[in-house]
Amino acid sequence: MLKIENLEASIEGKKILKGINLEVKKGEVHAIMGPNGSGKSTLASVLAGREEYEVENGSVEYLGDDLLELSPEDRARAGVFLAFQYPVEIPGVSSTNFLKTAINEVRQYRGQEPLDAVSFLTHLKDKMKLVDIDQSLLSRPLNEGFSGGEKKRNEIFQMAVLEPRLSILDETDSGLDIDALKVVSNGVNQLKSSENATIVVTHYQRLLEYIVPDYVHVLYNGQIVKSGDKSLALELEEKGYDWIKGGSEVTA
Amino acid sequence: MSKDDQILQEFTSKEYEHGWTVDLENDSAPPGLNEDIVRFISKKKEEPEWLLEWRLEAFRKWQDMEEPKWPNVSYPQINYQDIIYYSAPKQSAKPNSLDEVDPELRKTFEKLGISLEEQKRLTGVAVDAVIDSVSVATTFKEKLNELGIIFSSFSEAVKEHPELVRKYIGSVVPANDNYFAALNSAVFSDGSFCYIPKGVRCPMELSTYFRINAANTGQFERTLIVADEGSYVSYLEGCTAPMRDENQLHAAVVEIYAAKDAEVKYSTVQNWYPGDKDGKGGIYNFVTKRGICSGDNSKISWTQVETGSAITWKYPSCILKGDNSIGEFYSVAVTNNMQQADTGTKMIHIGKNTRSRIVSKGVSAGKSQNSYRGLVTVMKQAENARNFSQCDSLLMGDKCGAHTFPYIEVKNSSGLVEHEATTSKIGEDQIFYCNQRGIDTENAVALIVNGYAKEVLNQLPMEFAVEAQKLLALTLEGSVG
Repeated sequence: MLKIENLEASIEGKKILKGINLEVKKGEVHAIMGPNGSGKSTLASVLAGREEYEVENGSVEYLGDDLLELSPEDRARAGVFLAFQYPVEIPGVSSTNFLKTAINEVRQYRGQEPLDAVSFLTHLKDKMKLVDIDQSLLSRPLNEGFSGGEKKRNEIFQMAVLEPRLSILDETDSGLDIDALKVVSNGVNQLKSSENATIVVTHYQRLLEYIVPDYVHVLYNGQIVKSGDKSLALELEEKGYDWIKGGSEVTA
Repeated sequence: MSKDDQILQEFTSKEYEHGWTVDLENDSAPPGLNEDIVRFISKKKEEPEWLLEWRLEAFRKWQDMEEPKWPNVSYPQINYQDIIYYSAPKQSAKPNSLDEVDPELRKTFEKLGISLEEQKRLTGVAVDAVIDSVSVATTFKEKLNELGIIFSSFSEAVKEHPELVRKYIGSVVPANDNYFAALNSAVFSDGSFCYIPKGVRCPMELSTYFRINAANTGQFERTLIVADEGSYVSYLEGCTAPMRDENQLHAAVVEIYAAKDAEVKYSTVQNWYPGDKDGKGGIYNFVTKRGICSGDNSKISWTQVETGSAITWKYPSCILKGDNSIGEFYSVAVTNNMQQADTGTKMIHIGKNTRSRIVSKGVSAGKSQNSYRGLVTVMKQAENARNFSQCDSLLMGDKCGAHTFPYIEVKNSSGLVEHEATTSKIGEDQIFYCNQRGIDTENAVALIVNGYAKEVLNQLPMEFAVEAQKLLALTLEGSVG
């Protein structure tokens, strides 16, 4: 589904990603861990097409297409979803209105008819249950005045509504208490299928107790320095990131 | 020979004695402004003597006045002697069907969601559309007549209800109020007159009727609305469709009079041609709008969506004279490219327990300049006056400007005046967030701006709110990215 080869990217002349290689197949969950500043969020942003980042080298293939050639909105329409670390507030625009616009753009791209009001509402109600979101949240301006937990839950709710192929969760666990973490993870797990894939970007192992990854990669200094199964996350938790830092210096 | 021609001939032969001629073929006055031109206009419109005198008085005052220099706008000096102040509506060749209309214009209409019938009317397509609108208009008129509501062109009202016009004209905006109001008072072409009798609630938005009838009111438009005791009317002026006009200078006057317990809601959508990307050829719009809440418990509410004109100079105001009267001003002013807007309101609290609310939302894009200018005055006798003002500015890009000039004068210590202001930019973050959900940049901007202006758009009559939303999006097309 996704094949990243030797990806190098920089922001304002500063190189952040220094040759990333990663392959994600349908039905898989990959976790990307690493200390602060290692390039985790940059990787997520580059995949979503954020313009401030300049791709200097490498390629990203997504469902047979060159992902880097697509505009951010076309990536989204083709099924790439980014759950933001810091969801953005849009004053005066209700979640309902926002999602209606989004879902119909996505549908148009896929050659589907726009949803009528009743089907749209049914669809929303279905997905609301997944993340235990209150309907009143839908008529409030998007993310405005939402608590940290509400914002993150709302991200997963949007993900459920838009039914992406590849979901990237950027530090979705940060700022969540344990109950909210369970709700969010539960939502993600229910959305898992053999047809889609998830990349979970996180600093802590905690989230991976609930969203169990097939693979864990450790990102350090712009490169994946270690890959393994879920036990790698536990090992990291135990030994700390210094273990990796030390290791990479030796191998470098 | 038609009646018009007869009068014209009589008149022109008389005028000739004064050394001034009119080209009969063109039926228009020569450029320039003097007392003879004012007399000519009045005569053309078959006005009574008192109105001619009123115009002349205004003209004399105007001559002693100076064009205001305080607005935060700049434009080349206007030569008032180069302007033609009277010209009969031209009978240009009418297209036979919409297929003959400029496709660019039609595209704009479609984007705005304007109905085919209305497209025909706006582009002057002849045939059945005209017959249609005449019959619709007649139906409306009959219905309004039954209720005693007078709604007609200003000229018609002068002929049919001179006593009402005479009583109220200039009562809210005196002829010498300001430079542009004086100019309008001297040479106003036409406009609308509306009278709602005691206790009558006007059952329809006067918009519908207005849009069918008054497309060509000219560059010096004058509107007078009188709401008698306990009456209610919602009035809508303007059009979301782009309006082009050969006359660059527009100076309109709107007066609203609200008696005891009366309520007037006045909504405007202004989309005059703003000029090209370099600001060439746009309309200069200098408008004086004012309402007086004369009686106790009366209410006047202004809502405006301003997207057009090269220069906008406009301060719809309320004089809150009656006790417990309420004034409201809701505004969205969008400027793009080289447009300049200096707009806002005045709330003058005179009566006891008077309340006013100001919500102003400016959006600046391109190289435009957008200023809010507001005055809140609480007079000495205005016990317990309340005002709340909110002035927000939204900037797009880094070449535009947003300015706020709030003036507050409180002469009664029981008054409470609150002012809130914010300035924000459409963030790259917001746009990227929308992009990441599949919404392209143009639609993202539309979504964000409409969200920002929602509080004002909500005040518009339903049918117009939808068009206004699309208009905002259209005005800002191509301003980001």
